[in-house]
Amino acid sequence: MHDTSVHAAAHHGPPTTFLRKHVFSQDHKVIGKQYYALALVAAYVGMFLSWLMRIHLAWTNAAIPGLQLLSQSGAPGGVMTPELYLQLLTMHGTIMVFFVLTTAPFAAFGNYFLPIQVGAEDMPFPRFNMMSFWVTFTAFLFLMASFFVGDGPSLGGWTQYAPLNAVGSVGGPGQGSGVVLWAISIALFCVGQLLGSLNFITTTLDLRVKGMSLMRLPLTAWAWFITSCMGLTAFAVLMPACILVILDHVAGTSFFVPSGTVMNDQILPHSGGSTLLWQHLFWFFGHPEVYIAIVPGLGIVSHILLANMRRQMLSQRVLIYSMGALAILSYIVYGHHMFVSGMNPFSSLVFSFPTLVITIPSTIVVLIWTFSLYGSRLRINSASLFALGFISMFVSGGVSGFFLAQPSLDIMLHATYFVVGHFHLVMGVAAMFGIFAGTYFWFPKMAGRMMNETLGKIHFWLSFVGAYCVFMPFHYLGMAGNVRRYATFVDDFLQPLIPVHRFITIAALITGFAQLIFLFNLIYSHFRGPIASQNPWEATSLEWSTPTPVPWNNFDKHPVVYHDPYQYGVKSSVGDYVMQASPEQVETEHDEK
Amino acid sequence: MSQADLTMEGHPAAAPMSGPIFSIPSKKFAMWLFIIADTMTFSACLFAYGFLRNGAPNWPRPFHSITNVAIMTFILLTSSLTMLIGVRASRAGDKPKAFLWIMVTAVLGIVFALLHIREWMGLIGEGMTMFKNPWGTGLFGSAFFSITGLHLTHVVSGVIALLAVGLRYRTGRYNADDIEVVGLYWHFVDLVWMFVVPLVYLLNLNH
Ligand code: HEM
Ligand SMILES: [Cu+2]
Repeated sequence: MHDTSVHAAAHHGPPTTFLRKHVFSQDHKVIGKQYYALALVAAYVGMFLSWLMRIHLAWTNAAIPGLQLLSQSGAPGGVMTPELYLQLLTMHGTIMVFFVLTTAPFAAFGNYFLPIQVGAEDMPFPRFNMMSFWVTFTAFLFLMASFFVGDGPSLGGWTQYAPLNAVGSVGGPGQGSGVVLWAISIALFCVGQLLGSLNFITTTLDLRVKGMSLMRLPLTAWAWFITSCMGLTAFAVLMPACILVILDHVAGTSFFVPSGTVMNDQILPHSGGSTLLWQHLFWFFGHPEVYIAIVPGLGIVSHILLANMRRQMLSQRVLIYSMGALAILSYIVYGHHMFVSGMNPFSSLVFSFPTLVITIPSTIVVLIWTFSLYGSRLRINSASLFALGFISMFVSGGVSGFFLAQPSLDIMLHATYFVVGHFHLVMGVAAMFGIFAGTYFWFPKMAGRMMNETLGKIHFWLSFVGAYCVFMPFHYLGMAGNVRRYATFVDDFLQPLIPVHRFITIAALITGFAQLIFLFNLIYSHFRGPIASQNPWEATSLEWSTPTPVPWNNFDKHPVVYHDPYQYGVKSSVGDYVMQASPEQVETEHDEK
Repeated sequence: MSQADLTMEGHPAAAPMSGPIFSIPSKKFAMWLFIIADTMTFSACLFAYGFLRNGAPNWPRPFHSITNVAIMTFILLTSSLTMLIGVRASRAGDKPKAFLWIMVTAVLGIVFALLHIREWMGLIGEGMTMFKNPWGTGLFGSAFFSITGLHLTHVVSGVIALLAVGLRYRTGRYNADDIEVVGLYWHFVDLVWMFVVPLVYLLNLNH
C-alpha cells in the first residue's frame, strides 16, 4: 500500500475551482501567502495609527485633517482627545504584536516553507491549517470592528490591564463593547495559532523525508518548531484569560475587579476579584509571546546569513540549543513585567534571576553570528543587509533589557519611554527586519520573480537609520522621566522634552514613507520583476530544490536528503555548495551528521 | 496500513514519502499535543481559582455531602474502563464488541452530564449564580461554574466524538487507530476530573 500512497496525490489532483484554489485553500503555500497578506495589511494599518499618535505627541493642539472621520467624538475639529490617543495606542499595539509579529515570521513564512524544508507535500492536517488562517482573519475583523461599534476601541493598551478591562463602559469610551471585541478577537486568534502550532509540530516530527534527521533540519525549521511548542502552551493560557474577561462583561462575574473599586465617581457592583490575577495570566502568555515573535527571526537571520557568508556557522548545534533554552526560560521570567505591580518583593527577586539568565542564550546566539561573520566574505544584498540590521537592533534593544531586569532600576524605568524604546528595538524593529530579510530572500520562491535590489537597499538604509532615530531617543526620554501611555506632555516638567518628541515624529514619518518603497517594490516585482531561477541565491536547503513556482505538491520527485543543511564552502560540481538533496559526495569540513 | 489512512483528512498530499520517523501516527500525536494545550488551559483556570480563593476572606464551603460527586466520579472512572475495553476490542479486530463498549462509554458520559446538570440545578435552586450565592463571596459561583462548565463541555464534546467515531467505525470509515485517539481524549477528560474533585469539591466541603 505504501507505493500507492506515494502517488495518491495524482488521484485527487490539485483543486480546480477559484474558491478552493485561492480562498478556502488547504495548500500550505496559499495559506502562508494569505497570512503574509494579512500581516502586510495589519502592518500598514498599525503604522498609520502610530503616525497619528506621533503627530499628536509632537504637535498636541494641531488638527489632523480627516481625523473626525475616524472618530466623531474622539477628534472634535480634528484635534485628538486623550481618549482617542489611548484607543489608537491599544489598536496599534494589539495589531502589531498579534497580527504582524506573530503572523508574518511564524505563521506566514512557517506555513510556506516548513513543509518544503522538511520535504513534505503539505502539513498533516490541511483542513485545520485552513481553519487556522480563517479564524485568525476573523479575529482581525473583530478587532477592526471595534472602530465602528459603540464608542470605539478599548483604551486599555495591548496588555489590557485589570480592572480597567473588566469594569465596562464606566471605565471610559471603548471599555464596554471595545474590550469585549478585543477579547473575542484575541481568543479567536489564540485558537488560530493553536491549530497552526499543532500542524507545525506534527509536520516537523512526522513528515520529514528520508535522510532528514533532526540535526539536518535547517535552522529556520528548528526555529518554527520551537516557536510552535511555545505557541501551543502560551496561547492555551491567554485564551481562557480572555474568556474570563468576557464573562466579567456579560455574565456579571468579577474575576478581575476587586471589592469596593471606585471608578469615575461610581462604586462598582463587582466584588472579590483580583487585578494581579490578570497580570499573571497575561504575562505568563506575554513573555513567551515576545519569543514567539523573535525566535523565527533568529532562524530566518541565521538561514540568510549562512547562504550569504558561504560558510558554516561556528556551531549550529549550540544555536539550536540556545533557541530551545530561550523557549524554556521564557516561561519562568514573566514576573519581570510585574516588579512594580504590587507583587511580593521576594517574587521580584525570584523573577529577576532567570531574567538575567535568559540573556545568556541570546548572547550566545549573537556571539555565534558575529564570530561566524568575522572574516567571511559576506554577499551584500537586501536580505543579508536586513539580517545584519536584525542583529544590530536585537543587540541595541537587548542591552537595555539588562537594566530593566534589575527590580531596583525598573522601579524608575517602568512605564516610561525607556521601556517603549526597549521593546520596540528588541522585538518590534528586530522582528520587522527579520520579516523584511525573509521577504527579500524568499520572494523569488514565493512569487517566482526577483525583487528590485536597488530599492531594497534604499529601503534598508532608510529603515535602519530611521529606526535608530525613532527609538534611541526613547531611552533618553524615559530616563528623563517621560511616562508612557500619556497623550500629551505640554504643561508640566516634560515640556522641555517636546523638541525630542518632534524629532522622533519627523523621523517616524520619514521611516514610514520608506516602507512605502518596500510596498511598491513588493507589488511591482510581483508583476514585473525579472523571472527568478530555481535557486537564485545558490542556497542548499530543500526549498531551493523545488521548481519555481513551486508545484502544487511541492516536489516533482520526492527528495532524499544526503547532506547537512548548510554545506557551503565546499567544492562540488555546481560551485561552492552542495544541496541537501544532491547525492553528490563532497569533501566537507566536518563529518556529516 | 499506510500513513495516508491515518491522517485526519485523508488528504493525499499529506502522505509522507518514507513513513513517519516517529512511530506515533500523526493523528494520535496531534491528540497528545491537543492534550498538552488543554492541560495548560485547565491549569490556567485552576490557578485562577486558587489565586482568588486564597485572596478571599469569605470563601464559602457550601457542600454538605460527597455522595453525588462520588457517584459522578465513579461513573466517569467506570467509563474510562469501558473505553479501555472498547479500545482493546478494536485492536483485536472485534468490531461488534468494540462498538458496544464505545456506546456504553458514551452512555456513561451522558449519565455523568445529566447528574452534573442536576447538581447545577440544585445549586442554582439554592440561590447560587455566576456572580452571587447566599454563603459568601460571589467568586465561588464564578469559579465553580466556569471550571465545571469547561469540564462539562469537554464531556459533552467527548460524547459526541464517541458517537460519531463509533458509528463511523462500525461502517468502516474509521479504524482502530481512530478509536484509540478518542480513547485518549476520553481518559484525559477523566483525568482532569480527578483534579477538579479535590480542588473544587473536597476543599469546599462543609464539615
Ligand atoms: C513606525 C514605527 C513605530 C512607531 C513610530 C511607533 C510608535 C509607538 C508609540 C508612540 C507608542 C505609544 C507609547 C506609549 O504611549 O506608551 C507605541 C506603542 C507600542 N508599539 Fe509602536 N511604533 C512603531 C512600530 C511598532 C512595531 C513594528 C511594533 C511591533 C511590535 C510596535 C509595537 C508596539 C507596542 C506593543 C506598543 C505598546 C502598546 C501598549 O502599550 O499597549 N510598534 N508605539
Ligand atoms: Cu518579558
